[in-house]
Amino acid sequence: MDIRQQKILAALENKDTSVHFDDALDNQMILNMGPQHPATHGVLRLLIKLDGETVVACVPELGYLHRGYEKLAENVSYHEFIPHTDRLDYLSPLMNNTAYVLAVEKLVGIEAPKRAQYIRTIISELARISSHLLGVGALAMDIGALTVFTWTFREREKMYDIFELLTGARFTTSFTRVGGIAHDMTPEVKTAITGFIDQFPEKFNDCIKMLNTNRIFVERLEGVGVISKEKAVAMGMCGPNIRGVGIEHDLRRKEPYLVYNELDFNIPVFYNGDSLSRYYVRVNEVKESIKIIRQCLEKIPDGPVHANEPKKVLPRKERVYTKMEELIHDFMLINFGVNPPVGEVYHAVEASKGELGFYIQSRGEGHPWRLKIRSPSFMNLQSTPLLVEGRMISDIVAILGSLDPVMGEADK
Amino acid sequence: MGLEHALGDSAFTTTIDSAINWCRKNSVWPMPLGISCCGIEMMAFAMPRFDVSRFGAEVFRFSPRQSDLLIVAGTTTYKMATVVRKIYDQMPDPKWVVAMGACTSSGGMYRTYSVVQGIDQFLPVDVYVAGCPPRPDNLLHALIMIQEKIQRGESRSTPMTVAAERAEKQQLLQIQGINN
Amino acid sequence: MIQNVVQKLQEKFSPRIISVNEFRGEFTVVVKKEEIVSLCLFLRDHEECQFDYCSDLCGADAYTPENRFEVIYNLYSMSLNHRIRIKVFVDESSLHCPSVTSVWPGAEWPERETFDMYGIVFDGNNDMRRMYMPEEFEYYPLRKDFPMMGIPDSIPLPRK
Repeated sequence: MDIRQQKILAALENKDTSVHFDDALDNQMILNMGPQHPATHGVLRLLIKLDGETVVACVPELGYLHRGYEKLAENVSYHEFIPHTDRLDYLSPLMNNTAYVLAVEKLVGIEAPKRAQYIRTIISELARISSHLLGVGALAMDIGALTVFTWTFREREKMYDIFELLTGARFTTSFTRVGGIAHDMTPEVKTAITGFIDQFPEKFNDCIKMLNTNRIFVERLEGVGVISKEKAVAMGMCGPNIRGVGIEHDLRRKEPYLVYNELDFNIPVFYNGDSLSRYYVRVNEVKESIKIIRQCLEKIPDGPVHANEPKKVLPRKERVYTKMEELIHDFMLINFGVNPPVGEVYHAVEASKGELGFYIQSRGEGHPWRLKIRSPSFMNLQSTPLLVEGRMISDIVAILGSLDPVMGEADK
Repeated sequence: MGLEHALGDSAFTTTIDSAINWCRKNSVWPMPLGISCCGIEMMAFAMPRFDVSRFGAEVFRFSPRQSDLLIVAGTTTYKMATVVRKIYDQMPDPKWVVAMGACTSSGGMYRTYSVVQGIDQFLPVDVYVAGCPPRPDNLLHALIMIQEKIQRGESRSTPMTVAAERAEKQQLLQIQGINN
Repeated sequence: MIQNVVQKLQEKFSPRIISVNEFRGEFTVVVKKEEIVSLCLFLRDHEECQFDYCSDLCGADAYTPENRFEVIYNLYSMSLNHRIRIKVFVDESSLHCPSVTSVWPGAEWPERETFDMYGIVFDGNNDMRRMYMPEEFEYYPLRKDFPMMGIPDSIPLPRK
């Protein structure tokens, strides 16, 4: 047996467990819920020690999608890293773009104009809706309700149409830039978003009606995967998972960024701490996001979408091709990068899975000295052993679905 | 491939050949290996808008023993490569492989220490799909190319045609005859 | 507010705090690595600090001859809504650092990740396995002397 297997087995044997059985037969078995599995969200490997069908201990193993983002970031410039942030939480790429660019802007010390901030808020909330739709759909599919998955994908396809109209790509958009966004939002996009928002609540209610009062769904999720408040905070859980325990923690309210302090929305909080509360938090967050988008579309001001900082912000292409100064700035920025001052920042954003933070250390060069991605799915997966102990095998799938991890983020 | 091997070559068997290949190509059962972002586009390719069940391939069996097309969708790291190879080995003949996306074709945008620069370093690949991620229409085009390959009777996993196998058997008999 | 916290820290731990700096409104406190557990306990339990949420724990490689590695703790308080950053230097000659899993159990996986990427062993964390790379991997990827494209044949690949 190789070293890794030995160490994992040692971890499984040594973990303290609160579950004890007085069974003369002592039929404990170690099961491998491997990286390729229909119900683990991506490539997550779970090693489970079972007594019959009850889980006694569980050890997750990550690293099957480790692509070396942090090493990459030390070698590319700040602008070149934006397409890489798309692939982090690949269910809501626009949100990751916004989070990264906000951290870089904090480091550099500039601020995007108001119109750009409103557009960034709109696309962040659209990305949040898209991610929660897939989260709810995948949870329903794992429980067995396949139809809800196809319906939520149908809604997501409409959102992909909007993203394509606005940014040019369905999925991996790379839309935000340091100092603003890539290009402005045309009136056509605004009509498309309004059209989508007008018909969406009814379609979403159709999907949710199938699940909310469904006895099988509720009984499979109620009381499953309970975690207490103190443990959730101590383990570093974030996002809808911690709002399902009863703690009202949302970075959009506590440390407002973009234009969230001018908007009126509620933070859904449920108190039971089980998988059903986490599901309800996600459903209600989608409804709140629709409210936010409607308010933004009404309040959005006219104006530029790039900050007026020639030495830090990429200039517009038509000016690059015609004017001398913009050509020089473009050349310097692409080749030598945005040169922020020496220092370090940590900026966190409320992404759809939780607190997505970027810790950037700069030594004055065009590329970061150290970039650390604080990924919410990584911290959420840390509490899997606590949630799963004492439950049956079939509950593991429900618990993973309600935690909603994304391995692109957790493995970086 | 398979059944046709036992029957040998003749006008009768070539018709059976094309009939069997027609059945095979219209009921390809894919084995999705959705590792990362391309996995989401693969799910979209199975969903109502870019419906893949009109090509007969909506049965996404997650068990390798029951499938004939392996769609590797997502960045393959060195740690995951042994897993992918194990799954490929478990699939029964004849089997085809689609390398979906830039990451599986050549490492993609990740020229780092932990990403395999193209899965053809350890798997025989039939169709490469370009894109990051490729649009679902692109993946449908790949599926149609695989169907054309099946109709022609080509499969990387059974490299010998019937005639070549017969020639090799004759050579072996000759060598044994000389030894005797 | 956060200035009070920093003042209190300086009063209580003053000879062992190396420096305090401020950049873009965030405070960074640099301490000696032997004091980190008592400092974190103070930060978690004192009524004006209440840093009960360990947001992030990471390492960094400064590539200097002494005090080459840094371990950075980003902390957040749920009730009082403020952040602070604690930094600790780890020298290349003794790659050990006390673990804060007794203060925040949620720091276990980030410490494993720091071990995987830099080779800093955390004493007190009883699960020191690698996080992302295979267990047989002999190098520490995020160090500045490890090439980005990797070392050929450092991880085995299945044969075709």
